[in-house]
Amino acid sequence: MPDFPTPLVTPDTAPFWKGCQAGQLLLQRCAACGALRYPPRPMCPQCTSKETGWVPASGRGTVYSYTVTHQALHPSLADKVPHLVILVELEEGVRITSNIVDCPPDQVRIGMPVEVVFHQVNPELTLPKFRPAGTA
Amino acid sequence: MAQNGLYKRAAIVGIGETEYSRDSGRSELTLALDAITAAVRDAGLAPKDIDGLLKFQVDANSEGEIAGCLGMDHLRFYGELGGAGTAGCGLVAHAAAAVATGLANNVVVYRAMNGRSGRRYGRGEVTMRGGSGLGAFTEPYGQLVPQQGLAMLARRHMHQYGTTSRQFGAVSVALRAHANLNPKATFYTTPLTLEDHQNSRYVVEPFRLFDCCLETDGACAVVVTTAERARDLPNTPAFVLSAGQCLPGYRGPLPDVTYANARTLAPGLFAGAGVTPQDINVAQIYDHFSAMVIFALEDYGFCKKGEGGPFVEEGNIQWPNGRLPVNTAGGHLSEAYLHVMNHMNEAVRQLRGASTAQVQDAELVLVDSGIGAGALILGR
Repeated sequence: MPDFPTPLVTPDTAPFWKGCQAGQLLLQRCAACGALRYPPRPMCPQCTSKETGWVPASGRGTVYSYTVTHQALHPSLADKVPHLVILVELEEGVRITSNIVDCPPDQVRIGMPVEVVFHQVNPELTLPKFRPAGTA
Repeated sequence: MAQNGLYKRAAIVGIGETEYSRDSGRSELTLALDAITAAVRDAGLAPKDIDGLLKFQVDANSEGEIAGCLGMDHLRFYGELGGAGTAGCGLVAHAAAAVATGLANNVVVYRAMNGRSGRRYGRGEVTMRGGSGLGAFTEPYGQLVPQQGLAMLARRHMHQYGTTSRQFGAVSVALRAHANLNPKATFYTTPLTLEDHQNSRYVVEPFRLFDCCLETDGACAVVVTTAERARDLPNTPAFVLSAGQCLPGYRGPLPDVTYANARTLAPGLFAGAGVTPQDINVAQIYDHFSAMVIFALEDYGFCKKGEGGPFVEEGNIQWPNGRLPVNTAGGHLSEAYLHVMNHMNEAVRQLRGASTAQVQDAELVLVDSGIGAGALILGR
C-alpha cells in the first residue's frame, strides 16, 4: 500500500524537518520584526525580511478544526479510514496541519487541548503529530 | 453609480455544451471542439471569426491544437489561468478585457474534461502536489484532496455560527429540485429529500455524500465579444457589468477561515456594476460542496454573516419562490461538474429567458467561481 507523499525538502524548509528528527517543533521567527510563521517560507509576510531564525515551539495548542475522512478518496487511504486530519492552533499563535493520535474519531472537539508527539516514519522523516493533552 | 471600466463593454453572445455523462467515450479534445463549435454556432459566428482562446491551466488540451482543428489561421490572444474551479470567472473577465481593448474580436473560454472516466478531482488525481510546496505540510498527514481542507472550514462555520448538517442539506435539496427541471442535468430524474441527505454516509465529515459535487465527463464553452458586435448578433447579449478576482496572499497568522475570498471581492464587484446584492435576481454559485454556498451567500452580502444556514433553510435559494434562486440548472451538486462553466451557460440562459427554472424578468445575474476567487455580474 502506498503511503502518503513525503515532503519535498527545500533549503527553505530543511531546518523544520531536521528539528522534527531531533524532537523539536521549530517555528521560523523573523530576525527583523520577530513575527513567527508557519509553514516555513523564505520571506516574512509581515515585513518582507529574508533574515530568519528558528525557535522551538512549546508543542501545546488547541484543535482549531478537524475532519474525519471516511472514504478511501486516494489509494494511500485504503487501509487508513476513518482518518483524522486536524488543524492545531499552537499557543505561540500559528496554525499547523497534522493528525491526532491516541484519540477516537468521535472524541475530537474544536478547542480541545493537544500536545505534540513525534512520529518517526523512516530514518529520513519524522512528522509532528498531536495527542490529547495530559494523556502521556 | 460608480462603475468600472469594463461596464457593458463586452458580452457573452454564445454558449455551448456537450451532454454530461460518467463516460463520454471520446477524447477531451473532441469534447472541447464539440462545446466550442456549439457556442460559436449559437453566437451566429463561424470558427474562423474566433481570434482568441482562453483555457484552464488544468485543461489537458492545447490552444494551438484546438485552433488547428477549428481551421483557424492563428490566435492573436490566448492564455490560461491556474487553479481548477477557481478560474472560470477570471477567464471570462480576461476575455472581456481583451475584446474591450481590441486585443481580440471574439474570444472563446471553455472547459473540457473526462472528469469521471479520466482523471478524477475527488481522488486528488489533478490537485495533489506529491509533497511539494505547501503540499509538504499537508499531504504527509493524509490531507490529499481539496474536500478535506474545505470540510475543516465548514466544521469551523458550524462551531462559530451554529450552522447544521440539515442546513447544508437544504442547499443540496434546493439544487436537486432545480436539476429535476433540467433534462440535461445528471440528476434530472432523481429526486432528493432532506431525509435522503441526512441518511447519506459521511465522505469527509461534516460532508455527507449529498454535500459533495458530481464528477463529470463533458465540456462547456462561451463566446465573448464587444458590446457593439453583440448587438448585431442573434442572441440577447449577456453584458459583463463587473468582474473581479481574489487570490489571497497573507491574512495574518490566524485568519478567520469562515470568511471566503468573496468577502474581499464583493465591495468592488458590486460597485463596479453600480448595484447592491439586493438587486441581483439569480446567482450561480460555485457549489463544490453544499456548505460553501452558505459561505458565499454570507460573504457576497446576500445575508448577514452566520445567517447563511437559516437563509437556505427558509427556502430563499429555491426557484421559483425564493428571494435569490441559486444554481437554477442544478449546479455542480446535481447538474454537472464543469468548473463553473456550466453555471456560466445557465447565467446566460437566465438573461435570455431560456432557463428550465426561469426567474421572471431576470436582469442581473451573479456568477461565482471558488467562493470569490472570481466573480462576474452579468446583465441585459
